[in-house]
Amino acid sequence: MTEFVSIRDALIACDAEKLTDEVNKTISQGSSANAILNDGLIPAMDVIGERMESGEMFIPEVLMAAQLMAGAVETLRPHLAEGSHVSAGKVLLGTVKGDVHDIGKNLVFMMLESAGFEVKDVGVDVPADTFVSEVKSFQPDILALSALLTTTIPMLKTTIDALGTAGIRDSVKIMVGGAPVSQSFADQIGADGYGADAGSASRLAKKLMAEIRAN
Amino acid sequence: MIIIGELINASRKTIGAAIREKDAGIVRDTASQQAEHGASYIDVNAGIFLDDEPEYLSWLVENVQAVTDVPCAIDSPNPKAIEAALALHGGATPMINSISLESDRWENMLPIVAGTDLKVVALCMSDEGMPQTVDDRMRISDKLVNGLVQNNVRLENIFIDPLVQPLGVNKEFGMQFLDSIERITTQFAGIHTACGLSNISYGLPGRKHINRAFMTIAVTRGLDGAILNPLDKGMRAAIALGEALAGKDDFCMKYLKAFRAGLFEATA
Repeated sequence: MTEFVSIRDALIACDAEKLTDEVNKTISQGSSANAILNDGLIPAMDVIGERMESGEMFIPEVLMAAQLMAGAVETLRPHLAEGSHVSAGKVLLGTVKGDVHDIGKNLVFMMLESAGFEVKDVGVDVPADTFVSEVKSFQPDILALSALLTTTIPMLKTTIDALGTAGIRDSVKIMVGGAPVSQSFADQIGADGYGADAGSASRLAKKLMAEIRAN
Repeated sequence: MIIIGELINASRKTIGAAIREKDAGIVRDTASQQAEHGASYIDVNAGIFLDDEPEYLSWLVENVQAVTDVPCAIDSPNPKAIEAALALHGGATPMINSISLESDRWENMLPIVAGTDLKVVALCMSDEGMPQTVDDRMRISDKLVNGLVQNNVRLENIFIDPLVQPLGVNKEFGMQFLDSIERITTQFAGIHTACGLSNISYGLPGRKHINRAFMTIAVTRGLDGAILNPLDKGMRAAIALGEALAGKDDFCMKYLKAFRAGLFEATA
């Protein structure tokens, strides 16, 4: 893993030029594209997530890093072995009905995708029924719900209850987030986890996947 | 600058607890402090209580009015809560915070403000979600203003909020807001604008520096209302600076007054 340290450092530093150079150099030296992705780029995004959580890095840096990572993945794509990429898990993501805020949700999307998750974003102002039908058709491991208003966080509970009524509550782990949401609120409405920001959301999703795989 | 004091909001821990425990002292002190520091309206918000919101919002209005003549900005999307609070409100005309072009919000709030002399904050938000561009904001503003005026709300009573979005998410968001303020102020002469401005710095460190600089610039572009903490000296200094630079401060009197009051010494 240490061989990709310069790639990892370039991404963490949001250094576009260095990242491009290092990725190209490493490919031409015969490293596997899958290894660059899994042991260089994804661990770098993990570090960025942690630093966002601890307040050392900030939203624009996370956005830039996600953009650089996407560019690096495009460079790697022709070299990635077909079908060899193992998804970290499937996540269905959206903002609940009555709420059109998408900034936090989009950050979570980027962090999860950068961490190797297959993510489907169903957008904002999403009715509980739509989440139910999307869970049935997409069959995610995790459902991630966002609500940013004190007036819309009750819709988190409504959505979770709707999954219960449809008999599919136990088919997914549910994580919730958004400014007025707290761990105690998440516990109260029967969610499986709460993330305070996009960095912790990514860490939480990995923890929930570990729980799923342990059972 | 028309300052709407933001501190009596149930989502702040001290106020939420005060409401729960019916501790009127904290609410009254917070109201009189904001009035003393130049608030033109005292915002009251009990949004976190949902079913109990009408009762709690009314309780807030009663306690604010017990200590100051400064009118309230009644902050809720719930028409029942607003009507209950309005029924108790006496003295100077209060403000309703807020209406928007979202269908539910529009239909709930319009009957409350139609044909009255109430002030109203109108958010540039529609069923299509958050506006993305200056043109989006102008289209929504146009519908809001025309809809309100046709329902006998005077232009002078409308405060358009073009919505501040975080600079850290998109480098254009600062200028989009500023351009919107200028176009709204120019197109609808006599209208007011207002905003909760601190969203500009969301996700960035050193937020107060961004907030203050943005306030100064926004005032020079025509912003004349803001929802903020009136006890924040640095922010009041930023407003005084903006008004002076915008040529709205005869003989720089307000700037000098702010300077002598020590507002520019606020470094904390």
